[in-house]
Amino acid sequence: MAYTTIAEDTRVLHHPKTWVGKYVWSQDHKVIALQYSTTAIAIGVVALVLSNLMRLQLGFPDTFKFITPSAYLQFVTMHGMIMVVYLLTALLLGGFGNYLIPLMVGARDMVFPFVNMLSYWVYLLAVLVLAASFFVPGGPTGAGWTLYPPQAILEGTPGRDWGIILMLASLAIFIVAFTMGGLNYVTTVLQARTRGMTLMRMPCSVWGIFVAAIMGLLAFPALFVGAVMMLLDRVVGTSFFMPSLVSMGQQTSFNGGSPLLFQHLFWFFGHPEVYIVALPAFGIVSDLISTHARKNIFGYRMMVWAIVIIGVLSMFVWAHHMYVSGMNPYFGFFFATSTLVIAVPTAIKVYNWLLTLWRGDIHLTVPMLFAIGFIFTFIHGGLSGLFLGNVSVDVPLSDTFFVVGHFHMVMGVSPILVIFGAIYHWYPKMTGRMWNKTLGQIHFWITFVGAYAIFLPMHYLGFLGVPRRYYALGETAFIPPSAHVANEAITIAALIVGVGQLLFFYNMIWSYFKGPKADGNPWRATTLEWQTPQTPPAHGNWGPTLPVVYRWAYDYSVPGAPQDFIPQNVPPDGVARHHAT
Amino acid sequence: MGILRRLTEKPWLTPGLDPLTEPQGGPRSLSAATVGLRVYFSVATVMFLLIAAVLVMRMGGHGISTGQQPDWKPMIWPRLLWLNTAVLMLASVAWEWARAAAHRERIDGVRTGLIVGGVLSFAFLMGQLTVWRQLEAAGCGLTATTMSAFFYLITALHGLHLLGGLGVWGRTVGKVLAGGEVAEVRESVDLCTVYWHFLLLVWLVMFGILLMM
Repeated sequence: MAYTTIAEDTRVLHHPKTWVGKYVWSQDHKVIALQYSTTAIAIGVVALVLSNLMRLQLGFPDTFKFITPSAYLQFVTMHGMIMVVYLLTALLLGGFGNYLIPLMVGARDMVFPFVNMLSYWVYLLAVLVLAASFFVPGGPTGAGWTLYPPQAILEGTPGRDWGIILMLASLAIFIVAFTMGGLNYVTTVLQARTRGMTLMRMPCSVWGIFVAAIMGLLAFPALFVGAVMMLLDRVVGTSFFMPSLVSMGQQTSFNGGSPLLFQHLFWFFGHPEVYIVALPAFGIVSDLISTHARKNIFGYRMMVWAIVIIGVLSMFVWAHHMYVSGMNPYFGFFFATSTLVIAVPTAIKVYNWLLTLWRGDIHLTVPMLFAIGFIFTFIHGGLSGLFLGNVSVDVPLSDTFFVVGHFHMVMGVSPILVIFGAIYHWYPKMTGRMWNKTLGQIHFWITFVGAYAIFLPMHYLGFLGVPRRYYALGETAFIPPSAHVANEAITIAALIVGVGQLLFFYNMIWSYFKGPKADGNPWRATTLEWQTPQTPPAHGNWGPTLPVVYRWAYDYSVPGAPQDFIPQNVPPDGVARHHAT
Repeated sequence: MGILRRLTEKPWLTPGLDPLTEPQGGPRSLSAATVGLRVYFSVATVMFLLIAAVLVMRMGGHGISTGQQPDWKPMIWPRLLWLNTAVLMLASVAWEWARAAAHRERIDGVRTGLIVGGVLSFAFLMGQLTVWRQLEAAGCGLTATTMSAFFYLITALHGLHLLGGLGVWGRTVGKVLAGGEVAEVRESVDLCTVYWHFLLLVWLVMFGILLMM
């Protein structure tokens, strides 16, 4: 067991005395979580607006004069990078990881609160550096979110002057921030669990975040190395990735570098990144489904092991993003095989979610709607992934809208649905208020149906061969008029979904002031965060004594029990105990 | 409790483990800082290994295989590098000295070890900067050859790690010079010692790979 005195000792907590110390330079994991979440969502809204601008261009080309070809590429690039790194990674790990880990494992805070605080401020710096690229001469980089050299740093690519430099610097800064946060998440799970909280009694949410944090710590260094090397290529003229070439009629000073090396580094980070985003979502959705179906999660041990196995396997599949890069065909065979093997633990998880729902006492609450929506979109995105995992199918589909449809379903829409569900689920704990349910339901249906209206037709466009990243299709012989109609329909759906998110923000703000008061455990959940003495939890979370854990996180509808849930801190004799500090 | 037993626990069985009578052991004996440092070692190891992998692939003609011409030029290895390596080794020995003194509750030994270890580490950094200047003067600067670019990158990242360690060193030595007890600094000394050994190992491996290329 790893019950450390750190978890029990209130003296090590930083006790702020001023408003600034409490809400700005705060070392409280809950405040840091909210800081992370607010920043991530704010920059995420920027990325959402960029996506709508892209759709305006694709749906109605030659209509919006301010969307130039360069601006379009810049929108594509910034939308992708912000959504994947600065929104999803930061929100799921920095936001939910910070909020949930200490509360769910029964700790008072992260084990390194100061480093945790530093992590947020460095993350904010990374976001500001990235956002600054909108305002520098030449604007942000338009190299595509993969930032492939040599084009990323050559003349002619939008944002070549300053945008690419700020992007690479921002990524390096982000990784420093993530490393500080990740060290906290991993060490807190290993060292600060309360008494009785064995590894296998941890909720799936903590398992997902824990494994994702480990993966991030091992994968982000690849992006760091790649970013620093490319920065040197761009700024001082080294040739790590830059081959000898002629640009704009001039022989460049680069010589001998290999762009493929950057691709390997990028995807060594990039593929695990998919699961760094997905695994916390897997864990959180497991808890949402179990709680709102009033049933224990089906196959808990399988669920945990699947998370671990997916995490390990995902480090060995990166080159399936590079089938068309000209790499050795034998690599393709290896990476196709390892990619398809991941389908096994992933399918186990999907079956277990469905079997948890099977004959459960399903409450169609707003969090549950989002959780069920996730199962649909994830199955959809997962199945199209099986197409792209095969070399022979991937080659013709590569760089078409099929790929865009696939990855948006599997790592865009799916985690976002879980994030929405999770915010609706934990908001009462964070604020002590409930949401307006009707607005939440409308928000769900707009988002869920809208996501299908946007991304399902993209698969069709991909089969037609419509390429991604193109500013305008023009008069292309193999693209029928129906593709243009589909593009218009997608754009209209995207605008509706974009505007529909205002409901979410309106509901969030309205509920904060006017929402019905929530009691400490409105969902009648078993996990520790719902058992805190105060709602919202006070600094230190637990008052003078820490909870003691006697059971797993999924004792729902236990035969013979007086209620349909038994919290983790209730012992077999039914009397909750605490241990003194 | 063994790791296998932990991960094969059947948590749905009640009553399961009784938390109040469960014997405690294993990771609990380690401090959070120790575990955090070990986790960080894995991060830094991956980073340096990836640089080494890129170096080997680049050296192995990855660029050539994609139609490029070989761009390897002879690299100059200043003799000072060997002296720097010896200085870093001595710094590790000094830290080990400080750690041994801390475990024998001898604050004077801790003080000596810390000061010598810190001074040698600064000397190492100064030495590396001097090597940079020597290379620059010999026409083998950052952009002169691919090998020199790798050398500058590796030494810069390694040096930054050492500077971070010296930050902790400064705090620790400050406590000792202010009359602190051994108990106050024992953990810092322990962790810094391991950190310095780790950085020595990283340097030896990366320097070795650079020389082999």
